Amino acid sequence: MEIYGYQRKALHSDAISTLPLYRSAPPLDVRLEDFELFAIDRLRVLKGISDGLSRGKKPEEIDNLAKDLWKANMRHPEASEVVNKDIISHFVLRLVYCRTEDLRKWFLSMETALFRYRFRLESAEAQRALMAEFDLPYKAVSNSEFESMKDNLGQVARSIGQPLTPADTKFYTVPFEEVPELVAGRRVFVHKGHAYVAMNQVVSLVATQFRSHLSKALILTNRKWTSSIREQEKDRLTPIVEALCTSYLGPDYSEPREFAEISIRDIDQIAMSSFPLCMRHLFEKLREDHHLKHGGRMQLGLFLKGVGLKLDDALAFWKAEFSQKVGAERFDKEYAYSIRHNYGREGKRTDYTPFSCQKIISSTPGVGDHHGCPYRHFSEENLRAALGKMRVNSRAVEDVMDKVRNRHYQLACTLTFEAVHGTSCDAGINHPNQYFSESQKVVQSKQVEDV
Amino acid sequence: MLLLSSRAQHTTMTREEIGNGSEDMVIDECEPEGRERNSVPDEFNANYLKVYYGKLFPHADIFKWISYGNDGKHPACDQSYFSRREFSYTLDNDIYLRYQSFNSASELENSIKEKCPFKIDIGPVYSVDPAKRHAYAQTGDNVFTPVERELVFDIDITDYDDVRYCCSGADVCLDCWPLMTVAIKVIDTSLRDDFGFNHILWVFSGRRGVHCWVCDGKARRLTNEQRASIAEYFRVYKGNENSLKKVSFTGLALHPFLARSYSEVLKDFFKSKLLLSQKLFSTEERYEKILEMIPDESITSELRGKWQENKRSSISKEDTNVVRWQQLKHILQSGRPKAQGLRRCVEEIVFSFTYPRLDMEVSKHMNHLLKAPFCVHPKTGRVCVPIDPNCCEEFDPTAVPTLSKLLEEMNMGTLRADVDNEWDRTSLGKSIRFFRSSFLQPLLKSCKEEIENSYNAKLQHSKNSMSW
Repeated sequence: MEIYGYQRKALHSDAISTLPLYRSAPPLDVRLEDFELFAIDRLRVLKGISDGLSRGKKPEEIDNLAKDLWKANMRHPEASEVVNKDIISHFVLRLVYCRTEDLRKWFLSMETALFRYRFRLESAEAQRALMAEFDLPYKAVSNSEFESMKDNLGQVARSIGQPLTPADTKFYTVPFEEVPELVAGRRVFVHKGHAYVAMNQVVSLVATQFRSHLSKALILTNRKWTSSIREQEKDRLTPIVEALCTSYLGPDYSEPREFAEISIRDIDQIAMSSFPLCMRHLFEKLREDHHLKHGGRMQLGLFLKGVGLKLDDALAFWKAEFSQKVGAERFDKEYAYSIRHNYGREGKRTDYTPFSCQKIISSTPGVGDHHGCPYRHFSEENLRAALGKMRVNSRAVEDVMDKVRNRHYQLACTLTFEAVHGTSCDAGINHPNQYFSESQKVVQSKQVEDV
Repeated sequence: MLLLSSRAQHTTMTREEIGNGSEDMVIDECEPEGRERNSVPDEFNANYLKVYYGKLFPHADIFKWISYGNDGKHPACDQSYFSRREFSYTLDNDIYLRYQSFNSASELENSIKEKCPFKIDIGPVYSVDPAKRHAYAQTGDNVFTPVERELVFDIDITDYDDVRYCCSGADVCLDCWPLMTVAIKVIDTSLRDDFGFNHILWVFSGRRGVHCWVCDGKARRLTNEQRASIAEYFRVYKGNENSLKKVSFTGLALHPFLARSYSEVLKDFFKSKLLLSQKLFSTEERYEKILEMIPDESITSELRGKWQENKRSSISKEDTNVVRWQQLKHILQSGRPKAQGLRRCVEEIVFSFTYPRLDMEVSKHMNHLLKAPFCVHPKTGRVCVPIDPNCCEEFDPTAVPTLSKLLEEMNMGTLRADVDNEWDRTSLGKSIRFFRSSFLQPLLKSCKEEIENSYNAKLQHSKNSMSW
């Protein structure tokens, strides 16, 4: 792929179907903006699938989820560009996700799940063509052959607890040596050396092939990346690639919307009712110690900005606390500047955006720090205590701890939200300000009810 | 790896009695006394074996088989093929020699006659002559590794000891041998109908089991994973002393292979043969073993109740075992909707007793060595003769020719000049002729075709790639 600053020429894809196998990087020219944008769109799809999987959604639900995500994100104004976007975004993400074992594993799982869903939707012809591309020697079973085999095929299906529905008429034959796992489990009808494989079994086999090809490709990509590309592209593509996998993809809460203002009078009460645990903790420590180190100031400070605390109120708030420790003068000299900086009134005048969960989770609090994600960084004991203080019931605490053990920190926070507010949060928490605004919605609706 | 153990106990015969017996003895077929003079005491020893390897063992047939057509003159024949095959010998004194290989039929024959092994095993065909293996690595490009090997199965009746009461351990009789017959029928049918194999040789193991050699090219080239998958496809019995229920059918139906095995072979065998020959319900100990397989207290106590009282009054003319089996079946299969664990309980019981139990390890690995057909079993003196799967019910392990019997027959038949081979004068003749006509000839015909076809295909391919 060539990356250009100007218009690219679109190349017509060779595939019969629109489901590319991503065998090799196509000779397309890509605009630099598209390089990043396409990748971000695809990443939304993959992350959505990832979220669905870690919530334990069933395969049919994942299919629907994938369908919606793909439709929402992978469109393109020019119909002929849709396939190119698909291919380009995949290859860009390969660069992003080839770089560590964990990234590769994640990318493999999501791309395979996506592939599985898309493969199932293809026409029989397209599926056969795809199988041929994988060198899988499958032959479709004709209708007449199916009729004569129906009883046996139905019996096998019932024997493995997956009875055939009237829709299940697509079968393929393949030499039995090609499907040792299915033969070993007696999950296929075997006759004269041919195994009769059902559609859903074919999907598994094709997906396995897809996954193993992609796995090998990722290793090669990583080698190329570390040996040459990263250095060559250090001024152009590398920064984009390195930023991509940590990108937060939701609203950035730089402009507080519905809740325009909170006053420092209300802040204690609001903290108790609507702050997520990470911010509660920082807030409590600030009240306790009258001080926070830099990481904590950034995390809490930007959060408060997103929540609607105006600059003047922010200055007053932090001064009230810090001056109890370091004195008013030192506050004005050393700390006020950086608060103003956060609000974009100094220096570069960048209006910094509050940190997303992803960013907070990946931070590394050291000694004396209180920032980071408590679900990740707290000991089990401390986390249980903190949840207790939030009045989370014991069963919910266990569910949360389970999520924590499996490293699903955001899901843990979501469960906490649900337990504290008594409502469900289907979207899942991925930004502290989101937690806050969702929480406020619930709190205010309750207040309306009470009145 | 030399294993030295104490010499097996056996009486030795004097040279005169056996050494040149076949030439010196004068036989008068009409006189019974003549037969006594020719009789050979029932033994197994090195001297008998020497005569056997000298006159009876079908060296040339084994060579032709193992060559799979590569001993021919066709340009596509692989001259190195036979020499890459591993044989192993177990000698007298349990000395074990591995990685034996030979370049020709005569080398093989001379080696066997000279070393007189108590047991000959056949291993895989390697990438290079086993004799040269030390020059090659274990991994990488230049390796010493198996490249072809028959798909083999080993079924041993001692694996059925928990379900046969007539014998135990090494013994086998006509009451329990039919378990082997049934195993042959089930596996043979499946190898042919399900997997499409054609060139299958079943061999008596000499004492208490059977071996199966699947020799199709496709079978010889299977990987370990593929072999394991076939072995698993055949596996039903899963358990050990700790599990009560070793056969468990959970689906809504049986896989067609199992259903066919049940309806065509196992059901009837259990009902008509095994039930009676093993008297499966005749004692409390025995029927408790079956009741253990029924996961329903109310049913088992009902049956137990019936049978405990029945013990005292056996007025019925019908066999107890038959009656009790009927009762059990009736309760389990009668109209009432059954709990999950009971739905196929009757089938599970039948399968537990009758379904083939394979030695999985033998089948899974290409480098597993297996005893060659026509060896003589040292403990029984019986020859490992082929078994015809089409009439395996007629096979009688207690009537298989022994080494001494064969020598006796040879002695008797000295003056007949109308046969080409010594073995044709003996009971071994029938086995060798069967080996040739049913197995070897069709196999070699198919091998020849395979060699010629692949050669022609290669020629065609190179012609095509040379065209503009």
